[in-house]
Amino acid sequence: MEWEVVIGLETHTQLQTKSKIFSGSSIAFGAAPNTQASAVDIALPGVLPVLNKEAVQCAIKFGLAVDAEISPRSVFARKNYFYPDLPKGYQISQYELPVVGKGSLTIHVGASAGNENGYEKTINITRAHLEEDAGKSVHGASEGMSGIDLNRAGTPLLEIVTEPDMRSAAEAVAYAKKLHELVQWIGICDGNMQEGSFRCDVNVSVRKKGAEKLGTRREIKNLNSFRFMQQAIEYETRWQIETLEDGGTIQQATVLFNPDTGETKAMRSKEEANDYRYFPDPDLLPLQITASDIEAIKAVMPELPADMKARFEGEYSLSAYDAAALTASRGIADYFIATTAAFGGDAKIAANWVMGAVAAKLNEEGKDISASPVSPTALASLLKRIADNTISNKIAREVFEAMWAGEGDADHIIDKKGLKQVTDSGAIESIIDEVLAANAAMVEEFKAGKEKAFNALVGQAMKASKGKANPAQVNELLKKKLAS
Amino acid sequence: MSLTTADVKRMAHLARIEVSDDDAEATLKKLSGILKLIEQMQSVDTTGIQPMSHSQDLVQRLREDVVTETNQRESFQAIAPAVEDGLYLVPKVIE
Repeated sequence: MEWEVVIGLETHTQLQTKSKIFSGSSIAFGAAPNTQASAVDIALPGVLPVLNKEAVQCAIKFGLAVDAEISPRSVFARKNYFYPDLPKGYQISQYELPVVGKGSLTIHVGASAGNENGYEKTINITRAHLEEDAGKSVHGASEGMSGIDLNRAGTPLLEIVTEPDMRSAAEAVAYAKKLHELVQWIGICDGNMQEGSFRCDVNVSVRKKGAEKLGTRREIKNLNSFRFMQQAIEYETRWQIETLEDGGTIQQATVLFNPDTGETKAMRSKEEANDYRYFPDPDLLPLQITASDIEAIKAVMPELPADMKARFEGEYSLSAYDAAALTASRGIADYFIATTAAFGGDAKIAANWVMGAVAAKLNEEGKDISASPVSPTALASLLKRIADNTISNKIAREVFEAMWAGEGDADHIIDKKGLKQVTDSGAIESIIDEVLAANAAMVEEFKAGKEKAFNALVGQAMKASKGKANPAQVNELLKKKLAS
Repeated sequence: MSLTTADVKRMAHLARIEVSDDDAEATLKKLSGILKLIEQMQSVDTTGIQPMSHSQDLVQRLREDVVTETNQRESFQAIAPAVEDGLYLVPKVIE
């Protein structure tokens, strides 16, 4: 029996505002408990919510980034349930009329068995709506009691919901990663998963391949790492298939993933948890977004990754692969653009260095590109020395290592270490003469028609010059000598 | 649409309101009356009329994104039944 897994995601992204969505409290992370919880946030009687303009602008930015409909009129609703970290007894959210409507995001799914080159897929976004976060419960504070910290209550969230369009854990993770980069790229979310700024709920169901009707889904809550998401979906899929093959049925449920066991387990179902009795919040008027509001945001939107990728391919003649790698994050893209601008030479050389040497060092040291000790201007000055033949590409790697280690700028290191390329043909000729004299056997081989011997001689000459001889000149002069 | 006592009990539970069996009967009568009124309203032809989500025909005013609140934990917690280390204490919640 062939089964197919069907996955949809709901992602809570914390918006990068200074204050809460409905009050003037700070949303800075890590403050002492309840020091950022105002009368509105703790739901004292007689208070009224006032909507934060920046949160609305973040929603518009997101809508533009996924090519979605942005509602000219959207409505806030109350989602009613009781929990101690929700002081009002309802969460202000959006229900029937969300701020962002249908959109889409194209993902690239990496290579896997049966898909050597990976593939692209467009994931449909159903909607995105503004809402407030709840507070936090702290257990074990006092015997038989739970502690409540309401600093997080009222933090602005944009909940982004997809259609059930994904068909594997790999696709779900590729979507989540792409979305994670996008919200950071457009500057609406800091993407910090440890601090809970980007949390995913994953709806998983299985059905027989070819069936049209969706199976009963279970929702895996609050995944805050891509690795856990992959593991949780794989486990959940196996569990559902085994349950059905054993003649069982799937009950709709909310499940939690336990990273220690790698298993998903149904939460003790909160009684009637899904009857939220939504209704329009009488404390808030409809939110109006005009065409000119949208135009104003368009004017300040950064170039989107897909557009930038296309531009790199056209303007700099980069391959699709390179352009994708250089637009994988805003940080990498900005670094590459700054390097290219300061270098002024062939962008392909800059691209190779950013994706090669720089990426390798960052990877090795587990650093983000924003923490690179070699700045784009510093890298550009190194590239200029390659372009003007002061140093060879190989020596440049050595200089780069020294720059990374903080030994100074490119020119200083080249000078100090005496790495300047030897271009004086007299000097190169004398090196070649020595090499030819010392390697008579190789010369014989070459003359007998063994082309390989030529490369070996070049290697010997480069070695004799400690890598400093200009390789092109070595080639040319060696050819001349051997021909004579 | 007709309500039952069980519906009333369920709604009361969702709203965390204690309703005795006697009160449930009385509430059922009142709620059924309200539903009848709604039925009557629903028979009105509203074709072409945009649904209203607020009684005032205005749009939401927006607030600039500025932190204006200061820490008032001490005064808020002075009226809380139980606090510890800056946290509000509530009977233990189990997930």
